[in-house]
Amino acid sequence: MKIVVTVKQVPDPNSVTALEADHTVARDKEVVLDPGDECGVEEGLQLKEAHGGEVILVSMGPERAKDAIRKGLSMGADRGLLITDAELAGADAMLTARALAAAIKPEAPDLVICGTESYDGSTGMVPPMLAELLGMAQLSLAKKVEVDGSTIRIHRQTADGYQVVEATTPVLITVTAGIAEPRYASLKGIMAARSKEIKLIGLADLGIERGEPAETIQGLAVAETRKAGVVIQDDGTAVDRIIQVLAEAKVI
Amino acid sequence: MAKIWVYAELNQGKLQSTALELMAKARELGDVEAIALGAGAKAAAAILGKHGAKVVHVNEDKSFDDFLAEPETDALAALHKEHAPDLILFGFTSDSRDVAGRLAARLGVGLISNAGDVIAKDGGFVAQVPYFGGAKVASMLANKKPAIILVRPKSFEASETGGTAQINEVDASIGADSKRARITERVVEASEKVKLEDAKVVVSGGRGMGGPDNFPLLEALATALGGAVGASRAVVDAGWVPYSMQVGQTGKSVRPGVYIAVGISGAMQHTVGMKASKIIIAINKDAEAPIMKMADLGVVGDALKIVPALTAAVKAKKG
Repeated sequence: MKIVVTVKQVPDPNSVTALEADHTVARDKEVVLDPGDECGVEEGLQLKEAHGGEVILVSMGPERAKDAIRKGLSMGADRGLLITDAELAGADAMLTARALAAAIKPEAPDLVICGTESYDGSTGMVPPMLAELLGMAQLSLAKKVEVDGSTIRIHRQTADGYQVVEATTPVLITVTAGIAEPRYASLKGIMAARSKEIKLIGLADLGIERGEPAETIQGLAVAETRKAGVVIQDDGTAVDRIIQVLAEAKVI
Repeated sequence: MAKIWVYAELNQGKLQSTALELMAKARELGDVEAIALGAGAKAAAAILGKHGAKVVHVNEDKSFDDFLAEPETDALAALHKEHAPDLILFGFTSDSRDVAGRLAARLGVGLISNAGDVIAKDGGFVAQVPYFGGAKVASMLANKKPAIILVRPKSFEASETGGTAQINEVDASIGADSKRARITERVVEASEKVKLEDAKVVVSGGRGMGGPDNFPLLEALATALGGAVGASRAVVDAGWVPYSMQVGQTGKSVRPGVYIAVGISGAMQHTVGMKASKIIIAINKDAEAPIMKMADLGVVGDALKIVPALTAAVKAKKG
């Protein structure tokens, strides 16, 4: 089974978001492989181990995003593709999906695995667009994946439980973070990843143009924030204070 | 007048609350038509009419319920070709995301997601979207027609206007290849006592709870207060509690009378889903946690001691 896993390099979710004076995200921030995508890589590797085949990582970003791909390769993925082009800076979901689709299509994978949503954008719009552009069915929000010949069957998370949903390959699935505990890269894996191929691709190689974005940012305003209230140290009276607030709010 | 469409999401015959929230905003923006697909579409049309839809395009083909996203995309694409709306509004929910994403890609128009508000401006539409970790709100002008905008649940309050919609039965227009992602089984795991979205009091836990074994402490407090338990994405991702409890950008949006955040630092991913709560109480060992800057009452202390004591005090007070 040929498996493509999309991966993204994101600001480290465990470091604090800082804004520069010009309202851009602080650039010196640590960047990591998106933790949700690590689960996607893990799921891809487990499926390969059970059913054979190849795991290809596809990413888009500046050249340093190679580090995110390298991380996945050290976990055991076979090779990587990085779409990198100055023209792609600030790409919206649609352009991202178009570029990914153009890079993935020639690989003709049986299965494409995406995280449900990125840790930085958290909108989850690229996967359905990508499925449409690849002409694939999408099985979203998978917390479990089974392969039965050419049938892919998932447990799709819902508000009160799950649905069992299935489709025939080729299929794009989005996986939830709970699907598989990502493995640690072994020393051997890290060494092996050094010689694995990461192919760099530009927009011209993909034969697509940037095009007009879906939206134009007209302005940025400071978000309405709640006024800070009182902060107290719990010196034994905290419970009384909370009770007082609950009583004022008329919930007790 | 601009032609505004509301995608009225149905789930097993039930009209989803986001549809009526979107109707309230859509009425301000132009002439409103709604699209209801699947079981219960005609019954939903009557409700949508009361909320201001002039026309509701309906089809009750079983495939809308039996398969994911693609049948709906086909129907919307066909209707779009015939009627050319200016704006299509979707709720930012998991089912609607899949449909809107496919439709935007098929029409080649892209979309704007996670909007908190939509404003008509110079004949076009501007969406207000949280940006840079929620510290800023970006005004995004939609460049394409149709503009496709996904709006966070609970952004608007639904209200009836008392009209009647003309019901337009349309062809399903489902392509032969679009019945692919088949739902073969529906399993209900959680039987929520109080629905998180509707609870008057929400008690949510984060990493500061130390582990899943401590979540029953929150259950006990929520039960004493007649409320529901929520969680941050961090602990859902860690597998402590199910996704159905996640409050935040891609979880549930809540606006209870009182929100008690326990051991939650207050990342934007979380706060965007609860900052409309009337009163926020935070309990955290870190006085510098962002949640402390938005809480009406912040308590710096040990949650594992404070929560059980609070539960006992609430019970005593209630008698």
